[in-house]
Amino acid sequence: MTLTKKSYVAKSVEKMRPSGIRKFFDLAATMEGVVSLGVGEPDFVTTWSVREAAINSLERGFTSYTANAGLIELRTEIARYMADRFRVSYSPQEEVIVTVGASQALDIAMRAIIDPGDEIIVVEPCFVSYAPLVELTGGHAVTIGTTGETGFKLQPEQLEAAITPRTKAVLLCYPNNPTGTQLDREDLEAIASIVKKHDLLVIADEIYAELAYDQSHTSIASLSGMRERTILINGFSKGFAMTGWRLGFTCAPEEISRAMLKIHQYTMMCASTPAQYAAVEALQNGMADVESMKKDYRQRRNYMVQSFKEIGLDCHLPGGAFYVFPSIQSTGLTSEQFAEALLLEEKVAVVPGSVFGKGGEGYIRCSYASSMSQLQEAIKRISRFLEKQKRSAV
Amino acid sequence: MKLNEKEVEILEILQKDARFEAVDIAKMIGTSETEVAETIRRLEEEKVIVHYATLVDWAKMDNFTGVTAMIDVKVTPKRGVGFDEVAERIYRFKEVSSVYLMSGVYDLSVTVEGQSMNEIARFVSEKLSTLDSVVSTTTHFQLKKYKHDGKIYASKREDNRIVVSP
Ligand SMILES: Cc1ncc(COP(=O)(O)O)c(C=O)c1O
Repeated sequence: MTLTKKSYVAKSVEKMRPSGIRKFFDLAATMEGVVSLGVGEPDFVTTWSVREAAINSLERGFTSYTANAGLIELRTEIARYMADRFRVSYSPQEEVIVTVGASQALDIAMRAIIDPGDEIIVVEPCFVSYAPLVELTGGHAVTIGTTGETGFKLQPEQLEAAITPRTKAVLLCYPNNPTGTQLDREDLEAIASIVKKHDLLVIADEIYAELAYDQSHTSIASLSGMRERTILINGFSKGFAMTGWRLGFTCAPEEISRAMLKIHQYTMMCASTPAQYAAVEALQNGMADVESMKKDYRQRRNYMVQSFKEIGLDCHLPGGAFYVFPSIQSTGLTSEQFAEALLLEEKVAVVPGSVFGKGGEGYIRCSYASSMSQLQEAIKRISRFLEKQKRSAV
Repeated sequence: MKLNEKEVEILEILQKDARFEAVDIAKMIGTSETEVAETIRRLEEEKVIVHYATLVDWAKMDNFTGVTAMIDVKVTPKRGVGFDEVAERIYRFKEVSSVYLMSGVYDLSVTVEGQSMNEIARFVSEKLSTLDSVVSTTTHFQLKKYKHDGKIYASKREDNRIVVSP
């Protein structure tokens, strides 16, 4: 009798594939002199006054748990901020939950609404954790691939076609990681009307809402009839340059918020206390810094798009976040081949579009959360790489 | 003078780093290289752009002995010309690197650079305090430069981010 070793790992976890980003990280991390366009977080350090607020809270000994949903001062500031910036109104007592990053916000949102077998529509290319999160919760991720021809905007017909009787919710992320695509009010209205027609929920990951460069961000929850069917995910990581603090939040109608809070209370208790004090300061006095970072990002975005065009890579102008998503189809390489060769030959790290799901093949994600001098160096190297590719092709 | 949005943005970029070239600035703000070059030329001509210089951390040089003093100067303003005349008499000295008219308990803030404390002491007693309208001076010597014109000297900042992240 042969004994095969029993696996203690859950089948649902065994099934999960490791993120494709990991592979590039492992490769790039061993190399010297890499210029990285692969970073999904701001290059700015958190504003000093915000850091100081956290230090101050520690000096004063605020080291205990907060309320499960977060400090009421913070929730009040969040509600005020959401109303001022995005014209959506939530009760700080009942409808705002402070979470450990947008990541945990996404997790409690999924767990609060998914029954086994429920279908969640995930619009790709997208942030790598959406589909795994849905599957972990026992749901089924139904993916739609957007394309470069439409600037990676979700088309209403695509959404309509993906809906089945089992569809529970649509997960949207605008401004988008990895494409930078932003939807304007009209685009959102078209999607909202389908969502309402089929009585669906929307999970709206608006973590990049502060980083919208051409017009201010429209939250889907602000459209008529959408507030009661939207779970807003937002946080401090991107716009406020606070990734390492791990602080995000949800805004959702009372019934859903109560459900999310149950999960949050048993799995997390509350978000980090010093980080919450820092976030209060960020919302009260940090907006000018957000604006100034945004101005820098906008200049870099323009620089990257124009430079890619000049060196022969097609690139749509992304409305937000800090990514450009140029097409590398003219090289005849797959996005993974391109990214690997670029890293080995010219030491520039980018992320192949294919890791972000359907529609990503043929593109690379380039983050411009780096200094202008780094971006200039990256463009120089990519240009040299493309020349070499062209020469070896003839 | 009214400056438009593009002009302001060009100035902001150059103020951060004067070595940005017109071709890159053009890409950053979405206009043509010739327009940027032309705008910069005009702003230089109109003295909105006063000068381009380099921030040097002289303290890094072995045997560097130079000193900088900030002097609070009280003066009696002259009828008709106010503080301008005495300010001009002061800023003409080549030792003087800046002169500001201030609100508060004194009138002019004068920065003086010299090779030694002695040299500055001589400048204050022989040149500055002997001016007719100067009533009093208080001299403060700088001991160490931590931050100057928005730049942190001896900055320890490095990029600690992981190379590739979602
Ligand atoms: C679209 C998107 N959602 C959520 C997150 C996670 O954010 P947080 O760091 O706040 O957990 C990221 C981070 O990369 C993201 O790009």
